[in-house]
Amino acid sequence: MKTFRIGGVHPPQNKLSAGKKIETLALPKQAVFPLSQHIGAPAVAMVKRGDEVKVGTQIAQAGGFVSAAIFSSVSGKVAKIDNVYDASGFRKPAIIINVDGDEWEPTIDRSTDLIQKCDFSAEQIIEKVKAAGMVGMGGACFPTHVKLSPPPGFVAEILIINAVECEPYLTADHQLMLEKAPEIMVGVSLLMKAIHVNKAVIAIENNKPDAIELMSKVAEDFLGIEVLPLQVKYPQGGEKQLIDAVLDRQVAAPPALPISEGAVVQNVGTAFAVYEAVQKNKPLFERVVTVTGKLLPHPSNFLVRMGTPISQLIEAAGGMPEDTSKIIGGGPMMGKALVSAEIPICKGSSGVLLMGDAEAHRNEVQNCIRCGKCVGICPMGLEPYLLGALFEQSNWERLEKEEIMSCIECGSCQFTCPSNRPLLEYCRIGKVTVGGKIRARNAKK
Amino acid sequence: MNPILIAVFSLGAVGLIAAAVLYIASKKFAVYEDPRIAQVAEVLPQANCGGCGYPGCAGFAAACVKADSLSGKFCPVGGQPVMEKVAAILGQQVEVTEPKVAVVRCNGTCENRPRLTKYEGIQSCAVLASTYSGETGCSYGCLGCGDCEDACQFDAIHVNPVTLIPEVVEDKCTACGACVTACPKDIIELRPKGKKNRRVYVSCVNKDKGAVSNKVCKTSCIGCGKCAKVCPFGAITIENNLAYIDPEICKSCRKCVAVCPTHAITEVNFPPRRVINPAVANNVAAAQQKVAAKKPIEKTEQPLKEAAPKAAENAPKPAPKAAATVAVKPADEVEKKG
Repeated sequence: MKTFRIGGVHPPQNKLSAGKKIETLALPKQAVFPLSQHIGAPAVAMVKRGDEVKVGTQIAQAGGFVSAAIFSSVSGKVAKIDNVYDASGFRKPAIIINVDGDEWEPTIDRSTDLIQKCDFSAEQIIEKVKAAGMVGMGGACFPTHVKLSPPPGFVAEILIINAVECEPYLTADHQLMLEKAPEIMVGVSLLMKAIHVNKAVIAIENNKPDAIELMSKVAEDFLGIEVLPLQVKYPQGGEKQLIDAVLDRQVAAPPALPISEGAVVQNVGTAFAVYEAVQKNKPLFERVVTVTGKLLPHPSNFLVRMGTPISQLIEAAGGMPEDTSKIIGGGPMMGKALVSAEIPICKGSSGVLLMGDAEAHRNEVQNCIRCGKCVGICPMGLEPYLLGALFEQSNWERLEKEEIMSCIECGSCQFTCPSNRPLLEYCRIGKVTVGGKIRARNAKK
Repeated sequence: MNPILIAVFSLGAVGLIAAAVLYIASKKFAVYEDPRIAQVAEVLPQANCGGCGYPGCAGFAAACVKADSLSGKFCPVGGQPVMEKVAAILGQQVEVTEPKVAVVRCNGTCENRPRLTKYEGIQSCAVLASTYSGETGCSYGCLGCGDCEDACQFDAIHVNPVTLIPEVVEDKCTACGACVTACPKDIIELRPKGKKNRRVYVSCVNKDKGAVSNKVCKTSCIGCGKCAKVCPFGAITIENNLAYIDPEICKSCRKCVAVCPTHAITEVNFPPRRVINPAVANNVAAAQQKVAAKKPIEKTEQPLKEAAPKAAENAPKPAPKAAATVAVKPADEVEKKG
């Protein structure tokens, strides 16, 4: 069975919420929409205090080409535009709306029947995707319309759908496939049309046999779509790792993009959202979120309106366990610890993970013993022990030469290190510093 | 000939030729260095800290000799005495520079500023600042990981383990600026040491609105402007909800310290102020009654107890005199006299 060729680790899967049907969460009393929920320039608010909005009303417009619009997920009145803590741990500007009722924009088709026919052209599909504020739902939140518009000189050969969900604990994509397989398949065919390809591969990891079976069956009715089971290995869901697993091709170091190997990769949740955006005129304002943790009474998958505080999700999953010491936005490998339970659900919030002291406990950092385990498992072929040492010396020039910008921040190195060294943090902060220097250098040119 | 003699002569000849070549080279290719550079370098403290802005003490010595005048050049470690020695060697004048000291403009101790989250990552302020906005609700204040302590070569700044705020050891601080550069929040400032080492500064860098900042820290500056209004020298400016005292204009009169509602202004090395607290005020009132009973001053119906709080407001004046004034004259005139 195929998998990516370089590195990788096998963290315990802990899919506690697997098989739990998606429950629609109740509306929040107040919805908070940070203006920066995507890669690229923050959105620009279009509403002001006192404005009335409906579900699906646009409340912020894209702040540039690589940016995305934001739509209200609730109906009510705009309370204020203020700085709030978001999942990044910093205070950022956000639109705060007091919820009143559940009135939707009349343009949205709320029927549940499947619409397979699509007469839109490729350009029209991309336009509708952009107008829906669509971003990658896998967690990176890259504006979808930008990915569907390859730069001049690059041609897409194949569409790869990332249904791998390699992060431990998360089951949102898995459950979405089990419940919405036909809609996802239509979404995939819309994406194929948008980038002018006639071949698509849906990659699913082997720990989801029911999803593989169901999606394969539904794919039989669609032309050019193939379901490919992959061996379970983290971080298979990384764009470059997936391209290697599916196509046996390796993407060159940055600034090269995956499109240079002819591949466009989209998350399966994005494919579903594209179906809703194009066929039902529904902009992006709700998503499936996994709420999980060993201490949580009922690990679940919820369909959540964006802007809902995570405290409401935790309540619905049985309440905050007494000895919770860490709340992670995302999965245990790449997720970031949250500063409070009032952080709102955003476009990229795929999961909320609660950990107690025992699980969150970090052992003491010790010296590097040069065992080389980190080098063996790095999926990008880097040398994390060296990057960490160079970071401690603030040797930014050499860090750039050692390709620190290729790091995908998967966390495999920190997971493996027997000396408990914070390798992922060295790489993350190193990337921020080196990235800043590169940008400054390019700006001068 | 004897092989030993051949060896001795030939090697001796090679040695003499090499010696001659080296001698000629050392004379022909000699680099002239002004001997004063070495003289100046000798009197410098040899700390090589870079506080002067030049690469090490040798760099500073070269710059001094090269320059036309010593204005703008100052060795913070050696201070005035060393600069005078340098001036003597070079036959130049050196202006009197006020000694400076590092000042930590944050009083967000664990007591004043509650911790909301616990940071368990790499123990460096620069890393913490990149990761998130800090363990407290104030995203501007001191992070407490000790980058400043690590940067200091003179053992002059240490993070207090109880308050988690760095404290500067005045006698050891050379104002080299290493901690200023190390702090990712720009909290540390080099300010003049002041007369008798006394100085006044705003110990807050929070730029949020007063209501927001005071919720997360008891001693935050709320930008109310009371200090700026009361300053007789116009040394205080308010910008972005934050007060700043210009050290060049400030005369350390401490009027601002008294009037700040959140105690965000710190005074250093002043003797404890004679504060009239309620317990003492009663004693003062009793003493005033005694005085009033003795001296033949027109007595009024106003009981002296009412006079005591007014005396507390005019704190700097000795209590009995103020009380006598209040007993005789109407209230508004007291404000002028007090």
